[in-house]
Amino acid sequence: MSDADQTAATGTTGAPLAAGAPLAVGAPLAAVSPSATAPVASGAGKRKVYSGGRRWEFLYFAVRNKKLVIGLSVEIIFVLAAIIGPFVAPYPPKQFVAPAFLHPSWSHLLGTSYFGQDVFSLLLDSLRESYLVGFLGAAFAGIIGLAIGFIAGWRGGWLDEVLQTFTYIVVMIPSLVLLIVIGAYLKSHSAFFEGVFIGVTTWPWVARAVRAQTFTLRQRDFVDLARLSGKRGPSIVLKDIAPNMASYILLAFILLFGSSMLIAVNYDFLGLGPTSGVSLGDMLNLAELWSGLQLHLWWWFIPPGAVMTLMVAALLVANVGLDEVFNPKLRET
Amino acid sequence: MSLSVRNLQIAYRTLRGDVQAVDDVTFEVADKEIMGLAGESGSGKSTLGNSLIFLEGRMRHVGGTVDLDGKALPISNYRAMNRHRMRDVSIIPQYAMSALNPTKKIGSLARDLLKARGFHLADVLPEFRRRISLVGLPDNVLGMYPFELSGGMRQRATMVISTLLNPSLLIADEVTSALDVSNQRAVGELLTEFRDLGYVKSMIVITHDLSILAQIADTITIMYAGKLAEKADASTIVDKPLHPYTQALLSSLPEVGLRYEDKELTGIPGRPPSLLDVVSGCRFKDRCPFARDRCRDEPPFVELLPGHQVACWKASDEVKGLGGWAHEGAAGSAPSIGRAGGEVEHPGGAEGPGSERPGDANATALAPRVSEGLEAPVGKGQP
Amino acid sequence: MTRYFARKIGLYLLAFWAGVTIDWAIPRLMPGNPIAAYVSRFSLNSQGPWTALYQLFNKAFGYNLPIWDQYWHYWDNLFHGNLGISLYAFPEKVTTLIAQAAPYTLALLVPAITLSYVLGNRVGAMAARRKALDNTVLPLGYLFQAMPYAWLALAAAFYLAQIERWFPVQGGSAAGVAAGFTWVYIWGLVSHWFLPFLTVFLVSFGGWSIGMRNLVIYELETDYARYLRALGAPSRLVRRYAYRNAVLPQLSGLALALGTVIGGNIVTEVVFQYPGLGHLIYTAATDQDYSLLQGIFIFIIVGVLVANFVIDIVYILIDPRTRLSMQGAAA
Repeated sequence: MSDADQTAATGTTGAPLAAGAPLAVGAPLAAVSPSATAPVASGAGKRKVYSGGRRWEFLYFAVRNKKLVIGLSVEIIFVLAAIIGPFVAPYPPKQFVAPAFLHPSWSHLLGTSYFGQDVFSLLLDSLRESYLVGFLGAAFAGIIGLAIGFIAGWRGGWLDEVLQTFTYIVVMIPSLVLLIVIGAYLKSHSAFFEGVFIGVTTWPWVARAVRAQTFTLRQRDFVDLARLSGKRGPSIVLKDIAPNMASYILLAFILLFGSSMLIAVNYDFLGLGPTSGVSLGDMLNLAELWSGLQLHLWWWFIPPGAVMTLMVAALLVANVGLDEVFNPKLRET
Repeated sequence: MSLSVRNLQIAYRTLRGDVQAVDDVTFEVADKEIMGLAGESGSGKSTLGNSLIFLEGRMRHVGGTVDLDGKALPISNYRAMNRHRMRDVSIIPQYAMSALNPTKKIGSLARDLLKARGFHLADVLPEFRRRISLVGLPDNVLGMYPFELSGGMRQRATMVISTLLNPSLLIADEVTSALDVSNQRAVGELLTEFRDLGYVKSMIVITHDLSILAQIADTITIMYAGKLAEKADASTIVDKPLHPYTQALLSSLPEVGLRYEDKELTGIPGRPPSLLDVVSGCRFKDRCPFARDRCRDEPPFVELLPGHQVACWKASDEVKGLGGWAHEGAAGSAPSIGRAGGEVEHPGGAEGPGSERPGDANATALAPRVSEGLEAPVGKGQP
Repeated sequence: MTRYFARKIGLYLLAFWAGVTIDWAIPRLMPGNPIAAYVSRFSLNSQGPWTALYQLFNKAFGYNLPIWDQYWHYWDNLFHGNLGISLYAFPEKVTTLIAQAAPYTLALLVPAITLSYVLGNRVGAMAARRKALDNTVLPLGYLFQAMPYAWLALAAAFYLAQIERWFPVQGGSAAGVAAGFTWVYIWGLVSHWFLPFLTVFLVSFGGWSIGMRNLVIYELETDYARYLRALGAPSRLVRRYAYRNAVLPQLSGLALALGTVIGGNIVTEVVFQYPGLGHLIYTAATDQDYSLLQGIFIFIIVGVLVANFVIDIVYILIDPRTRLSMQGAAA
C-alpha cells in the first residue's frame, strides 16, 4: 500500500459486485472470475470491520453518495406507498366502482379497468404483495445460499463437491419452466409458496459467491488464530468470517430482492402467482387476458410495469451506491 | 548528473482535502548511484518515487521540476511522459508480484509492451533471456503465465521486464518488503548487479527498511512528513546521522550481535503529523526530544558537511560548534513533548492516549518492521 | 484434459438425470390425480363410463404399473424419442409439436442472447472509459435491467404495433400466406419476429452492458493495469487486456443467466402469441396437456445443457488458467 493510499483505502469488498449477468439471475458477485475470488477485505486482518471510526466513515460516505441517497429515497417512497396505500386509496381496489374504460382523470387518476375498477387504487393495493414476495424470495434465497456457501467453503472436500454439484444442477433447471409444470398440477397456492419457490430456485449464485469468499477468508491469519484458540467451525464461520462479508451479504440481498420481485412478475403474469393475489404482475396478467392491449387501455398495464421498473431500478442504483461506499476503489472523488 | 529534482511538490487528493505528500523536495541522484529513500509509512516516499514516472489518479503535480540526464521530465503531462516511461524512467512497483496480467504469457506481455514502445521482442530476445537467467528464472518462463510462477518469481520477471530498455533511472518501490530475509538479500544484490551491469544507470530504492539500504545503497535519503530530513552516504547515515529523526529511526533498529536483553528496542513515540493541516516549522518538532522555540521556523535542507544535507537547526548548530541542545529531561526516557504533541495532532481520533505508546502498531509504523527485523538477533540472543 | 471433460460430462449427465426424474416425479407427487383430471374433462355425468374411461387412461399412461416400472418405462420411451401424444392437438405426437415450435424459439433466443451479450459487452466496455457515454448507458442499462419482460413486451406491442402499426401485434407469420420461400412469407416471419426479439434483447442488453462496465472499471484499477500505465503502455493496450479479463466472469455469468432468459422468453412469447416453445408450454399448462408439458420440459433442459456445454468450451478456449489446470489434471 502506497503511503498516501492509507488515508484513502479502507476497503472491505474487493471485487465489484455487479459482475455480469442480468439482474434476475444475479450472477454478480463472484461468479468464477479470478478477480472476483480475490480479496474480500483489505482490512480483513482486523477482526471487526465496522467498529469505531469505520462506522462513522461508512455513514460519512453513505450520506454523500448520490446514487445511494436517490435510490434509497425512491425505494422508501414506494415502500411507504405499499404500507399506507390501502388506507389512502380513493376507492376500494377490487370493487367495481365506476364505468369501465374510463380514461385517467381527476376522479380516477389512472382511469378504470375493463371491469370498472379504479386502477390507481388497484396499483396501491398491489405494491404490498409484490414487496412481500420479493422479500420472501430474497430471504429464502439468501438463507439457503449463505448456508450452502458457508458449508461448502468452510468444509471443502467431498461435501464441497456434493454441494457444488447440487448447485450446478439447480442452475441447469429453468425455474419458470419448472413452475409452469408444477402449476399445471397444483390448483392453488399462496404468496408464501411463491416466495419460497423463488428462494429455492435463485440461491445458486449466492452460494457460489459465498463459497468463494469463505474459501479465501478461511486462509487468513485471523481465522487460523480463531481455530488455534479452539473455536469450533460454525462459531468461526458466524463470528469471524461472516462479519467480514457483511457488506457483501447486504449487497447480495438487495440484488436478490430486486430479482425476486421481477421473477414474481413473470409468474404472476402467466397466472402462476398466488391464487387470490393482487400484485403488479397480476394486473399485467388481467390486462393481457381481457384484451387491454387491443382495447388500448394503456393506463391499465403501463403503470404497474413502470412502477415495478422504478422499484427495481431504485434498488439497483442504491446497490451501486452502497458498493461504492463499501469499496473505496469505486468511489468517485 | 543523472537525476535532478528541484522544489518538487506533489499533492495527493483525499476526501478530506488535498495533502502535500511531497513538499518542496530537492535532491540529486548521480550516475551509477543507488539512492535509498527511507521513511515511515505516510512520509511521502512512495508518492515521491511514483511521481517521477506516473502520477496516478489522485496525485497532482503542484510545482517544481524534474530533470533526467539534463532534459526536463514532463511529469505532470501523462501523454508527454509516455515517451520517457520504461525507456528513460522505469519502475518496479510495490505490487510487483501482481503486476503481470494473469491471462497473458510473460513473453507475449513483454512483446505487447515493447511493441507499444516501438521495439520488437525479437530484437531484445537474447538479452531478455540472459537477464531472465541472471535473476534465476528458468528459460521457459517467457512461455508461462504468471499464475504458474511463485510470487517471488513473478517479482523477478517484473524486474526484468521493467529494465529491458536500460532506463536511466529505476524506481524500486518496496521491492523487499514482502520477502523473507534471505530473499531480501538476494533481491538487493540483484539490484546492485543490475546497476553494475549497466542495465540501469541510477536507482532510487524506496523502503522502510534501513537495514537493506545499508547493504545496497550508496546514499540514503530520509524523508519525514513530505519533506527531506537528511541525505548522505549510506555509511554516514548509519554511523553518524545528524537529524534526530534519523537517529531515532536507527535506534529503533535491532543491531546484529546485540543481545536483546542488553538494550531495549524503542520505537519513536508519537505519530507523524497529519499532512492535511501541516504545522509550521520543523515537522518533527512534536516528536523531537530536542525541540526548541527555534524549531517553529522551518529548518532549510542544506549541506552541512560535504555530501551531507540535513534539515535541522540542532544539527546545523552542532556542526557550527554551537551548543545548547541538551536533551530535555532524563536521558534515555521517552520524551514527553512527543507524546503530548501526538495527541494534539490527532483531533477526533477515537483512540485514547494509551494507543500512543511506542511500539503500538497504531502509533508508529516502524514498529512492525522492528519486530520483523528482530528475528535474527533474537535467535542469536536466545540459545 | 480427458479427466476434465469426463468430469464435466458426468455433471451434465447428472443434471439430465435430475431433470428427467423431476419431470417424471412431479405428476406423481402432486396432490390430486392427473388421470382423474383428464377424465373429468370429458364431462361424463354417470359413474359407469367415468370409471371405464379412468381405467382405460390409467392403463394407457401406465399409471397402473408398479412405480419402478413406471420410471423404467419413462426412460425407455425417452430413449426411443417417444414423448407421448398431445391431448390438445390430438393425435399429434409431442415430438412433432416441439419440432414445429422449436425453430421459432431458437430464432428468438440465439440472436437475442448472442447479440445482447456481444453488444452489451462492447457498449459496457466503452462506457467504462467515456464519461458522456457512461452517463447515458448506465441509467438506461439499469432501467432495461429492471423492466419486467412481460411489461416491456406489452409496452412494445402497444406502442409499436397498436399505435404506430409498424409491426404486427401477434402471431409468428403473416396470416393467409402460404409457407414457402417467398418474400411475402419471409417478410411476415421477420416482422413478427422483431418485437419479441427486441424485448428479450433489450432486457439482457441492459444487464450485460452494466456488468461489463463495472468489470472493466474494476480491471482498470488492478495492479497489472497500473503497471502497464506506469510503463507507458498506450491506453488501447490496457483496455484490451482489461476487456479480455472482464469477459471471463461475464461468460460464466452467461451460463447462470440462461434460465432467466428462457423464462423471459416464455413470457414474451405469450404476450406476442409467438408460436415458439414458450407459447406452447403455456398452452399445454392451461389446457392441462401433461405429456406435452413434460416433453417440453425435457427438451428445454437438454437445450440448457447444450448451451452450457458450448459456453464451457468457449471458456476453456479463452481462459489459460482453466486450460492449464486441465492439462495439469491430465498429466
